[in-house]
Amino acid sequence: MSSIDYSEKIPNNVNLAEDRTLKRALEQWQPNFINWWGDVGPEGTSNHDVYLRTAVSVDPQGWAQFGYVKMPEYRWGIFLNPAQADRTIQFGDHKGEAAWQDVPGEHRANLRRIIVTQGDTEPASVEQQRHLGLTCPSQYDLRNLFQVNVEEGRHLWAMVYLLQKHFGRDGREEAEALLERRSGDENNPRILGAFNEKTPDWLAFFMFTYFTDRDGKFQLSALAESSFDPLARTTRFMLTEEAHHMFVGESGVSRVVQRTCQVMNDLKTDDPVKVRAAGAIDLGTIQRYLNFHYSVTIDLFGADQSSNAATFYSSGLKGRFEEGKRSDDHVLKDQSYTVLEVRDGQLAEKSVPMLNALNEVLRDDFIKDSVAGIGRWNKVIEKAGLPHRLQVPHKAFHRNIGALAGIKMAPDGRVVSEPEWNDKVGEWLPTDEDRAFVASLMGRVVEPGKFAHWIAPPVMGINRQPIDFEYVRFG
Amino acid sequence: MDMAVADDVLNQHVIDPEICIRCNTCEATCPVGAVTHDARNYVVDPAKCNHCLACIPPCPTGSIDNWRRVLKVRAYSVQEQLGWDVLPGDVPLEQQRGEVTTDSAPVPAPAAPPAVQAEPGEAVFNGAAFSATLPPWSAAHAYCNLYGPKGPTAATVVGNFRVTEVGKEYDTHHIVLDFGAMPFPVLEGQSIGIVPPGADEQGRAHHARQYSVASPRNGERPGYNNLSLTVKRVLEDHQGRPVRGVASNYLCDLKVGDAVQVIGPFGQTFLMPNHPRSNIVMICTGTGSAPMRAMTEWRRRLRASGKFESGKLMLFFGARTKEELPYFGPLQNLPKDFIDIHLAFSRTAGAPKRYVQDLMRERAADLGALLKDANTCVYVCGLKAMEEGVVLALRDVAQQAGLHWDTLRSALQREGRLHLETY
Repeated sequence: MSSIDYSEKIPNNVNLAEDRTLKRALEQWQPNFINWWGDVGPEGTSNHDVYLRTAVSVDPQGWAQFGYVKMPEYRWGIFLNPAQADRTIQFGDHKGEAAWQDVPGEHRANLRRIIVTQGDTEPASVEQQRHLGLTCPSQYDLRNLFQVNVEEGRHLWAMVYLLQKHFGRDGREEAEALLERRSGDENNPRILGAFNEKTPDWLAFFMFTYFTDRDGKFQLSALAESSFDPLARTTRFMLTEEAHHMFVGESGVSRVVQRTCQVMNDLKTDDPVKVRAAGAIDLGTIQRYLNFHYSVTIDLFGADQSSNAATFYSSGLKGRFEEGKRSDDHVLKDQSYTVLEVRDGQLAEKSVPMLNALNEVLRDDFIKDSVAGIGRWNKVIEKAGLPHRLQVPHKAFHRNIGALAGIKMAPDGRVVSEPEWNDKVGEWLPTDEDRAFVASLMGRVVEPGKFAHWIAPPVMGINRQPIDFEYVRFG
Repeated sequence: MDMAVADDVLNQHVIDPEICIRCNTCEATCPVGAVTHDARNYVVDPAKCNHCLACIPPCPTGSIDNWRRVLKVRAYSVQEQLGWDVLPGDVPLEQQRGEVTTDSAPVPAPAAPPAVQAEPGEAVFNGAAFSATLPPWSAAHAYCNLYGPKGPTAATVVGNFRVTEVGKEYDTHHIVLDFGAMPFPVLEGQSIGIVPPGADEQGRAHHARQYSVASPRNGERPGYNNLSLTVKRVLEDHQGRPVRGVASNYLCDLKVGDAVQVIGPFGQTFLMPNHPRSNIVMICTGTGSAPMRAMTEWRRRLRASGKFESGKLMLFFGARTKEELPYFGPLQNLPKDFIDIHLAFSRTAGAPKRYVQDLMRERAADLGALLKDANTCVYVCGLKAMEEGVVLALRDVAQQAGLHWDTLRSALQREGRLHLETY
């Protein structure tokens, strides 16, 4: 069954009506979710009519239906990709066995932990982004922000469904806790570091959706391989939505870069002071934002050597990115992988068992994917005829997790002394002054078709609508 | 509608590498595995893409919605596309033909008459630019991709009739397939894929060929789980060289009781309006009549029920000769106050060539009145070569009726009221 039952209080394609206990549990959780949205969701937006897409079914035709919606009335629901009959486990010790429809007792704690960790990121980013609407560069961008927000909300629903359906009382408690933690709260923070950072301005938002939502894509892809079939089906559908979030980031930064290049060419200058004076964000600042978000995000993949990662893989809980497209044995027992460590003050390579290095494998896949997009930003600079290029910093730069945590390293991969780090860090990571400058540009532009000066308009509108379409009607 | 051999021109589906963010959604969505990628680009394999458009709505960027008209022999290969930084520009077909002629076998004039000669320096006509991407507002919900190439369903042949006169050069069949207990809901204008048995010379399983459904939604026989197809036996390629079309010959030779592997249904835009007093203008050639037959028959059944107030139906139908025109006999029996039929024959001995666009201009007064009515939907189906002539005729008729063409065409497109499906 793939069409979604909208007559239900909670739209779903999982026959919720037939499971009364679960339905009651979710219906009790729903008002708490709406309260949470009202408290820490997008600020001052409850009367806006926003041109949003809502899934009405999970097939290609049905999941992207566009129309005006008031966000508190958005139909958050529970949608799983269709079940694949006779799906078997593709990797790990259980390879070839039938996929699990229920949680095996021995994997219960680990699966719950994986689901809670994933679920916690979803409301966290909504909280991080709640003030951005007040400084949007256009209606088009405002709508994109809100789309990201409501879909992160739906992703929370997806995880809460799994917790409530498959983890009994523990699951219900975890579901409540997901609404109680707060991004950046000292006493009750979100679980992962990057999700407690501020998203203070739109450049940070675009970098966040480019890098950090891409972490989401890789985590979801790895979970979409899971032997626990409901988790695989849920995350598969979430990936379709996640694509829009990365689009917002990639095209957002690209448009910022485009405007900067245009200003540089108009003024025939690469002096950041002049570029800033002309109301654009200099490439140096963009590079520093990039360095920050990239390094914070690659920490999210966890320690480079992790016995948990090995357990998750071997027990079939979490696969690799594109597991099905890899041609190895999908068990990985005797294979090795190269990781980095610091030896005698220098970076050195070390070969470790692949199973223990699976966080690093996923991180390296992420890096490859990220670098490709940065290449596309560079195409914009190249097209403008400018010699500058953006690049990702070395993967050991500014790390806080794993063997590379805390070492002082330049973006180019040189280990540096403490004094040199302190001397140069302002060239490598955004300074207070950078952030204050970017913040100074963040005026609110909401007239249809108008864009803030620091960002170029997009190539095309959403859902084939024109760029000057009224994406948000302010209530 | 054997897309593989019907024409030498392909409306190739390509992805704009400058806008694409490599999110993999299209690849994950494609029901036939036509989308692939490397570290650089996401691309569409022209040998596999069946134009089902399932990848279009999920694309977050719009980069997916790009098309290039190319000679089939000049289709951009997967390898070529993987190397792109930007989309190549449109190369005029005439220029492509010229290049093919100089470095491969000489190409005789195409079998299908070009509708309108392109003037030198004129941009190549792109029918896709006129066609709506949404169905009309009163269209019924279409089910798509219920069965993919990895899980086709079986249908049983319950009828196979010739619907043209007996002739040497042509042989068109009306084939009825029954799905038994398997769900296979279709609407008029949708198509299905037939998977021919066996393998090609390289030993690969044959890929599916797409055919428009020729019967209405409640079955070729009302109340039965069956549908019909209009299949022309392909005996030569567009250059007149003998080639036996794999799927069309397989289908035309089927016996009652044979089992056929089917995928689909496909198509979610070329769908008829269902509101009272909605008019349908149908323009087709050859087996492009299949969806028109389906729509006409559905309206005929509604009319017989006495419970539906239909608008006007107007049909422009072209073929080389009267003998070659599918369903010629039954068409003559439809009441004149039900449907306004105009037949054009391009190769009747002793008579001047007449194309559908000539008839449209002749009937400009009636057609113009319909174009003025916002309840009118226009459907075009047949060989690619007819597209430009038909659109130009629509423009002339609209202008003659005092309509502003650009306003009308964008309204037709925006409101899902102009649909072109050519091959």
